[in-house]
Amino acid sequence: MTGFMHQPLLEASRRAPHWLQSLQARGLSHWEGKALPTRRSEPWKYTSLQALRDDYSLVATGAVAPAALPEAVAAGFGGPRLVFIDGVYQASLSTTPDFEGLSICRFEDASSEQAARIGEHLNSSFDPEEHLFAALNTALLSDGVLVELADNAQLDEPLEILWLTQAAEAPTAMTQRLLVLAGQGSRGSVVEHFADLRGAQASFCSGVTELFLAANADLTYYRVHEEEGDAIHIGGVHARLERDARLNSFYLALGSVLKRLDLVVEHAGPGAHADLNGVYLPRGDEHTDFHTTIEHSVPHCTTDEVFRGIVADRATAVFNGRIHIHPDAQKTRAELSNRNLLTSAEAEVNTKPELEIYADDVQCAHGATVAQLDELALHYLRTRGVSRAEAEVMLSFGFVNELIDGIELESLRSYLRPLLAARFARDEKLARHLL
Amino acid sequence: MLKIENLHARVEDTEILRGLDLEVGAGEVHAIMGPNGSGKSTLGHILAGRPGYEVTDGSVTFNGENLLEMETEERARAGVFLAFQYPVEIPGVSNMEFLKAAVDAVREQRGEPAIDAVSFMKRAREACTAANLPAEFLKRGVNEGFSGGEKKRNELIQMMLLEPRLCLLDETDSGLDIDALQVVAQGVNSLRAPDRAFVLVTHYQRLLNYIEPDRVHVLADGRIVRSGDKDLALHLEDRGYAWVEDEVA
Repeated sequence: MTGFMHQPLLEASRRAPHWLQSLQARGLSHWEGKALPTRRSEPWKYTSLQALRDDYSLVATGAVAPAALPEAVAAGFGGPRLVFIDGVYQASLSTTPDFEGLSICRFEDASSEQAARIGEHLNSSFDPEEHLFAALNTALLSDGVLVELADNAQLDEPLEILWLTQAAEAPTAMTQRLLVLAGQGSRGSVVEHFADLRGAQASFCSGVTELFLAANADLTYYRVHEEEGDAIHIGGVHARLERDARLNSFYLALGSVLKRLDLVVEHAGPGAHADLNGVYLPRGDEHTDFHTTIEHSVPHCTTDEVFRGIVADRATAVFNGRIHIHPDAQKTRAELSNRNLLTSAEAEVNTKPELEIYADDVQCAHGATVAQLDELALHYLRTRGVSRAEAEVMLSFGFVNELIDGIELESLRSYLRPLLAARFARDEKLARHLL
Repeated sequence: MLKIENLHARVEDTEILRGLDLEVGAGEVHAIMGPNGSGKSTLGHILAGRPGYEVTDGSVTFNGENLLEMETEERARAGVFLAFQYPVEIPGVSNMEFLKAAVDAVREQRGEPAIDAVSFMKRAREACTAANLPAEFLKRGVNEGFSGGEKKRNELIQMMLLEPRLCLLDETDSGLDIDALQVVAQGVNSLRAPDRAFVLVTHYQRLLNYIEPDRVHVLADGRIVRSGDKDLALHLEDRGYAWVEDEVA
């Protein structure tokens, strides 16, 4: 794997704006000379990187973009939208109306003040030694998105960032980088939507997102991964919550040959609260891996984390949920639940809740289950005339739909429901009552 | 309509039904009473094809067809409906989606197209009104967080929408207060028809104050040990099941 990312790294260093080059070089210094993690290292024990190729290249910036978005994603979620294809911004497909208190800028266009804020925050929410692929993302950085919510700004409409991968002749690499600075008392929601166009070639994506929530900020963050087939994604979300900030987040990963997401939330100010809800649905020979870490560094913070997975065929899934309660973090309440359904005898899930508690006055609960579809529920549906095949689709859908129902954004719920119903049904007819 | 002959069945290694005979004609209402453990619920489960319940001998025909050879969903589509004693909760699947899937499955069997959403909503709301269950319950997960009485009313709603030929009610009266009991009884009575039969499985006589049976059977030790008209139920209420068991012994 000596050639892995060789061309993209060279190309990225040529493309980056001048002020980004030192950040990029720092990323490179953490990446260069390191061996790729192997399954001998604990965080990669159940996830192999063998599917990575050594011939990815960055897409030329002048590549022709489609005149219109594919129908499936065209409707959006009712708010402003930034569209990137193969990592390249598409002004003609994007809508960025002005909202009071909301500022969106691409790194390429950053003013010197914005560049200074990017420089101050970017990479500060994670340790690049621990998150090697986030360091790679930084080393490949030539563009990204900065979203700023001014103090007390109230954004009612969701901001969508659509990262599309297009069919290409050669395996492509791309990075997606999002930095959200939510000011004190601000409220808003962001959807990061990753999808590939049908027939896309092998690709390597690295989407790294950093969320900074100032005191009392209230941010809702949705991350939807629809990439399939040979689309590899290794990315993560790193959030830092100051006093009384609230992060409500949702993650969906359809499977692909390899999908690994590291989600890290740091409670840095007392009274902060984080909700993390997630769904993963690998099938065929796909693989998904969620590694979540919640750092309770200060007292009086709360976390509710619920992840559910349905693993089908010969697919494999990993869920590792770590909650780290530091000695000062008294009065912490943290709950973690991970439930899995295996719908085939060959499907596999490795789930591991990890609680590290160094404070004594805390409430912590965790649970992980692996099960099959409930035979009694199947029977009940069948006693009403529903075929076994349709009953299986309904139960699978219901299992994850409980989390979909918890999504506040109605347009996202309406988008996901048919997507999931179709995911479980080999035959369209079996999903007809779920649409 | 329903003919059961010499039915033997077991759950795991325990034989529960030991030679049960029962014949129910169209338009009739039969009550099956018996002490706990006599096999009342097992009969319903066997007729609905529940996994884990094994028939070891005997036969069951429904309108002349071998019921035991049919898959659970085929029985339902042919018109057999079991109202569960303990209806199953299915979070994440809305009651509405569930009910429409069931109605469409039965319609498909009859060669009818899927019901359109507007007509279905209208019928579902009417059924809710008849069952005295607010229409909001249609949007909730199937039986999710419903009280015992609400679950039983939801069974009644399903029965009304599916219009089965044979309705088996497994202790539908258990856990119901008197108001809920009357609602369920009214629902059943409104469905009584010359081409529809009912089998009410119950431990207590009180349900029969509201639904008058044509025949009452006493089940003990896996067999029907006594049959009679509705007065038999009153007799049981006075003297208890021990009387029948003693007499049979």
